Amino acid sequence: MILTEFKPVEELLEKLKEEKKIFIMGCGGCPEGADTGGKAVLTDMKGELEKEEKTITGILEIDFLCQKALIRSRIKPRMDEIKNADSVLVFSCGLGVQATSAVIDKVCYPALNTITFGGITGMWQGTERCDTCGNCILDYTGGICPYTACPKKLENGACAGQSNGKCEVDPERDCGWELIYNSLKRIGKLDILNKFIPPRDYSKILPSASLRKTRLWALDEEEIV
Amino acid sequence: MESIKKLKFEKNLRSGKFAVTCEIGPPKGAGVEEIREAAGYLKDVADGINVTDLQSSVMRLGSLATCHLLKEWGLDPIFQVTCRDRNRLALQSDLLSAYVLGIRNVLALTGDYTTIGDHPQAEPVFDIDSVQLLWVIKNLEEGKDLAGKELTQKPSFFKGAVVNPGADTEASYELQIIKMKKKIDQGAQFFQTQAIFDAEVFKRFMERVHKENIDVPILAGIILLKSEKMANYMNKFIPGVFVPEPLVKKMEGTMDKVSMCIEIASRLTEEVKPYCAGVHIQALGWEKHIPAVVKNLK
Repeated sequence: MILTEFKPVEELLEKLKEEKKIFIMGCGGCPEGADTGGKAVLTDMKGELEKEEKTITGILEIDFLCQKALIRSRIKPRMDEIKNADSVLVFSCGLGVQATSAVIDKVCYPALNTITFGGITGMWQGTERCDTCGNCILDYTGGICPYTACPKKLENGACAGQSNGKCEVDPERDCGWELIYNSLKRIGKLDILNKFIPPRDYSKILPSASLRKTRLWALDEEEIV
Repeated sequence: MESIKKLKFEKNLRSGKFAVTCEIGPPKGAGVEEIREAAGYLKDVADGINVTDLQSSVMRLGSLATCHLLKEWGLDPIFQVTCRDRNRLALQSDLLSAYVLGIRNVLALTGDYTTIGDHPQAEPVFDIDSVQLLWVIKNLEEGKDLAGKELTQKPSFFKGAVVNPGADTEASYELQIIKMKKKIDQGAQFFQTQAIFDAEVFKRFMERVHKENIDVPILAGIILLKSEKMANYMNKFIPGVFVPEPLVKKMEGTMDKVSMCIEIASRLTEEVKPYCAGVHIQALGWEKHIPAVVKNLK
């Protein structure tokens, strides 16, 4: 099970500072087991954000947000609510945020940090990759992870090593920042790139002992023994 | 005294004089005779000397030690620092080390990837990126390390960064501009560009730079073209570098490669001069020909 934790509330509110209308999406898979998802969590967040005078245009939980085809079919009847929102807040692992970003032309904010894959990778069937680093910045990078899409893990823009949109490390591979730029251009949010991103906190990469005590993690450990 | 006095490179660049920087690549091994010789050729023509940091990811003598030698030999070194081989602890420590050795110019770079070099098995570090490296330097100059801990004494640097005027896709070109502005926000005081061979490309880039209201001094990168073979190699393998066909033909058609090399570089220097603050000339072993390239500038 992929283990996630809530982003600190202050960090989340800071990210959402400029957003007035928000559509909330949640994954009904791993986050439910990790106690970071489920209808109650999504409804609580609606209340929290309404206290901040934001309008919640809708809430939608989908069984597995890491499957783009499933997201596409499930959002169809809810497109009005999504279109009415400035952005989307996503309760899922990094894969789910990436898949959601690929399907919805809005900035998708991760509400959670992904801590570890914990053995399996859910229903993930796409090309997305999550580094389970606990520092999710997918809202800033157009739903494409700079840590997995760029071999140099660059956070503030491309290096000069790209050639015709391909990476200096492997000419078969797309330059991750080329993808990030094009994704933000698609949703008309290139100005996001002007923001300075400070270095990643590597101390968050290893899951803490307390996180390892969640129910499903413990069950998983049981099975190994 | 030296902690407050501005050194040659910064002083000259700030004075508005057309600046010339050159480059020395440390040797593979402990023999420094070759770089001492190169430094001799450059001493009177260069305002500052870049010292590359394991360029092309090839293991060599270090940039910091070589900068120290250049200082002893009377030149003003520009300490190139990449993020490929050191995490944030080592980078901060090396910056402090550079400062106590009297090194005042720093060029912040991301660095080539490890697999292009001669130790492709090495772990690529990239703990931070070049924009963050400038931010790190800014923190140190304010007397704090990245953990927020107080430093006993603040260092101070003349900080540079690089930009590629020849990025070949819309995304990569725009990202170069965006990143350039971020580097300035984080304290970059000068730029050196990726090598250019086409003055028109550079001119277009500078027009864009002016449109963005960027007024940080920019030094145009010039590589001494030694042969048509080198031109073809760069066109094929060096991203962002493009040698136009007429120049390749010129090199092909001459027996006197050295004179042609000097002619091409001198002309390019003259062509870019009205648009920028200086040139950064990479000679790649032909340092002794640089005085001929810049003789008309002085």
